[in-house]
Amino acid sequence: MSTLNHATPAKIARPVGRLVDEFQSGLDAPICLTWELTYACNLACVHCLSSSGRRDPRELSTDECKAVIDELQRMQVFYVNIGGGEPTVRKDFWELVDYATDHQVGVKFSTNGSRIDAEVAQKLAASDYVDVQISLDGATAEVNDYVRGPGSYDTAMTAMQHLADAGFEGFKLSVVCTRQNIGQLDEFKAIADRYKAQLRLTRLRPSGRGADTWDELHPLPHQQKELYDWLVAHGEDVLTGDSFFHLAAYGDALPGLNLCGAGRVVCLIDPIGDVYACPFAIHDEFLAGNLRSEGGFQKVWRESELFLELREPQSAGACNSCQFFDKCRGGCMAAKFFTGLPMDGPDPECVLGHGEQLLADRGDDLLPKPSKDYSKKLSKRQRLEQAAAERGITLPDVLPSEVRAGIEQMPDRACDENPLAGFAVQQR
Amino acid sequence: MSTVTPASEPDSATPVSDPRGAGVDLGQPWTLSPQVALRPERFGALAYHFGTRRLSFLKSPQLLAVVEALADHPSAREACRAVGVTDAELPTYEHALGTLARTDMIVPRSPA
Repeated sequence: MSTLNHATPAKIARPVGRLVDEFQSGLDAPICLTWELTYACNLACVHCLSSSGRRDPRELSTDECKAVIDELQRMQVFYVNIGGGEPTVRKDFWELVDYATDHQVGVKFSTNGSRIDAEVAQKLAASDYVDVQISLDGATAEVNDYVRGPGSYDTAMTAMQHLADAGFEGFKLSVVCTRQNIGQLDEFKAIADRYKAQLRLTRLRPSGRGADTWDELHPLPHQQKELYDWLVAHGEDVLTGDSFFHLAAYGDALPGLNLCGAGRVVCLIDPIGDVYACPFAIHDEFLAGNLRSEGGFQKVWRESELFLELREPQSAGACNSCQFFDKCRGGCMAAKFFTGLPMDGPDPECVLGHGEQLLADRGDDLLPKPSKDYSKKLSKRQRLEQAAAERGITLPDVLPSEVRAGIEQMPDRACDENPLAGFAVQQR
Repeated sequence: MSTVTPASEPDSATPVSDPRGAGVDLGQPWTLSPQVALRPERFGALAYHFGTRRLSFLKSPQLLAVVEALADHPSAREACRAVGVTDAELPTYEHALGTLARTDMIVPRSPA
């Protein structure tokens, strides 16, 4: 493969600094990026970053996706992390993967495993340029399915078995760390080892549907220390996507660059071509532009107001006086935003506890409203069950006829009306 | 030369350059792996191996020049000299190239 000529940066006058500083001030093209191909998903994980479920009819067409790949090839973006939604539900998914790898754009795609049968696993094992990442958020079905839905544990394990049987070594087992699974880190490692996969641990973000579940799912302070110690002990064996640099204040920095690459060296392309600063920031606040506009992705990357702003030196704000600021750099921008904290202050999970106090003092009216929500609308029966569960009521398998009649009269769309209004359901 | 995991969503962890690691044999001919693409940057270059899905950072423009010169010279030492590496700097490049060789970014070339 040849070295393409690269456009001369416009910032020649600036002296070349440390690698981290170079990245902080942005590159002419991302190092890699995340590309959510669809918002459609056959699961409904309670922490989904992109609030996925239903397909957006404005989704990029096959030809538009290929044009994006051509542009990424020209910019020498060597690989993309494809996700969704569940990207494999797109009919042209394999066509796009093949197109990318034929055009010097490597692919790693994230999947819940539902489409990874024996045949697909063989095909994947035969390709050098494609990597697979299976999502699993519990080392047991009980813990996983609580977050990812019934049956999703078995689906992921079956997919990993197919990959292992096909001889695909080193695929990724990707785990979002939660309060419920921090105690299972050794078990996750054992599962990865069993399938000759590599374990990848990432941070739970309060983004998408995660905004609604973060309070319940995010690791407790003592679990963060447990996680940090575990990561230090396992070093380079375990991937983290540079997720945990906010934990660096515990001691030594974890492997990785330990910086927020949002809009500087990474970004997100969403299914309709919107370009966001990072995968955890699908919100108008972090929307740089749309690649369907004139000038395409390259213009958004190089010229958008938001990205240029992110490449300027950032204010440390309230963290200015902290001796660990150089290590954690105030943590994750998206985590702060979606928990209603100021951007120039501590991360909500600041290991010194500065975030907790701010969260306690913050009113809920400061929480941002979501810009996009593709969550599937619930059926009337599901809404009834949900409302009942919230009230601690167990519904009988067969509903009394008057309740069934009442359900029929419920409005089709979710609204503020209590779906249980007017029904006398026996409370146990 | 260092090979570190990039910010957010890396494909593959790469070891930070190991000072104890062996250097490359400067007397032998080397070349950039045909599976590796280079992207020049102000600080040096990104190097991506499509086969191992490993990303590395060449941390100086001169190291990039050395890597690009490898294929045109009978030995790594001569490639270094051709782009202006001094004798005093040679050990640094010996180790940097060693790291690249261990990760298959550069590969031995049969003598012409």
